[in-house]
Amino acid sequence: MNASSGNGIKLALAWTFVGIPLAWGVVQTLLNAIKAFH
Amino acid sequence: MPGSSFLARERTIAAPGYSRWLIPPAALCIHLCIGQAYAFSVFNLPMTKLIGITQSAPDDWKLTDLGWIFSIAIVVLGLSAAMFGRWVEEGGPRRAMFTAGLCFSSGFIVSAIGVYVHNIWIVYLGYGVIGGIGLGLGYISPVSTLIKWFPDRPGMATGMAIMGFGGGAFIASPLSVWLMSHFNSPTHVGVAETFIAMGLIYLCFMMVGAAIVRVPSDGWAPEGYVAPAQSSRMITSRNVYVYEALRTPQFWLIWAVLCLNVTAGIGVLGQASAMSQEMFKGQVTAVAASGFVGLFSLFNMMGRFIWSSTSDYIGRKNTYFVFFALGTALYALVPYSGAIHSVALFVFCYAVIFSMYGGGFATVPAYLRDMFGTRYVGAIHGLLLTAWSAAGIFGPVLVNYIRQYNVDHGVAPAQAYNTTMYLMAGLLVVGFICNACIRAVNERHHMQDEPAARVAAAMGDN
Repeated sequence: MNASSGNGIKLALAWTFVGIPLAWGVVQTLLNAIKAFH
Repeated sequence: MPGSSFLARERTIAAPGYSRWLIPPAALCIHLCIGQAYAFSVFNLPMTKLIGITQSAPDDWKLTDLGWIFSIAIVVLGLSAAMFGRWVEEGGPRRAMFTAGLCFSSGFIVSAIGVYVHNIWIVYLGYGVIGGIGLGLGYISPVSTLIKWFPDRPGMATGMAIMGFGGGAFIASPLSVWLMSHFNSPTHVGVAETFIAMGLIYLCFMMVGAAIVRVPSDGWAPEGYVAPAQSSRMITSRNVYVYEALRTPQFWLIWAVLCLNVTAGIGVLGQASAMSQEMFKGQVTAVAASGFVGLFSLFNMMGRFIWSSTSDYIGRKNTYFVFFALGTALYALVPYSGAIHSVALFVFCYAVIFSMYGGGFATVPAYLRDMFGTRYVGAIHGLLLTAWSAAGIFGPVLVNYIRQYNVDHGVAPAQAYNTTMYLMAGLLVVGFICNACIRAVNERHHMQDEPAARVAAAMGDN
């Protein structure tokens, strides 16, 4: 495995690790906001 | 000691080929956790029913007692960032992130004990003091590392991390509610167990950040990046020692700029829900108001990234000019939106105001880097965060007392906020003037033992 593909896997893992909880939180907030506007 | 050497700065120097795009997720691991502080209020109501369970018993804690937990944590955040900034800078980001994780999670565990034995002082010590130290260390720990990895885009880099602090509440709020609903029972509220679970979750998350963070090796630069041959007037290539920065007018002007921007924002942040309901009686319900608050928090978070990234193109000083000029106009427009009963105008004004409130936080590390160089920027940023602590006191006090004064003097609740909004607009005018006064730091404040200084001195001798 060369350095760039190794970096690619690490990058995907690291961004997924922080991205999923953040996206989940943002979606929850948006859903609550939409409910409130109805 | 092997354990301590793992934390040492020299163990975090990146190997050749290490991708700098791994550093923002490392920083986000910390900031997404400590951003939980913004969502601490979800525990307030359940913590008033620890004894009574369904309703407050006479011995239960009052909301006024619980409000102090967040206030202590924010004050300790500012103080610890100021006190430990140099240690963070010299010890490296991994040691700082590791310590921040231990303190923040220990704060939850100690608070859980406080809740279990029903002693509010233990909760003050736990979340307020120990957790507050974790907040302060965590907040400043990735700043200078990001700036060193992204010399071409320092605003964007620090904006990504500080956006995480704004986004942390989005995760913590539903997570806390879900955990409490999981742990509660007819005889038990479940706050202590939720604190323990959150302490452990955050510890794991923050340790991942500490493990993947790296500092660039000396002389490293991004591929294709050529450092400007000559410093721009407002961007120095020299460094100012952390305590020397305190002796420059630039530090105190930026302190005032941050304090005034945050005072104006924080003052109306806590009042957004009540203000929208009182200004638009019959048009905005309590549920709709909570929806607005969620929306404004999103703008607060996005503003951190968008404005700080924009500052890389238009400059830090110009970015703050936009905050203060546009902010003054928008604060002054809010009473008008009430007068013409335009909820849409109110929401628009608030959304942009909150984006600039967040943007002010995220742009300031890059502003400090431009003024004082990269060497001690994290520590100087730590000292600057005392402006946040001060604004945390001024903002809510101004809004609450002026509103109460107006109501006591017969002003209708719908108009009670008008004076406050005009006063906030006035504060932003003062901020505009402070920002206009910022010039490049005088050379006599620059560190003299740097390679650049030595070269310059040698050339002067020839």
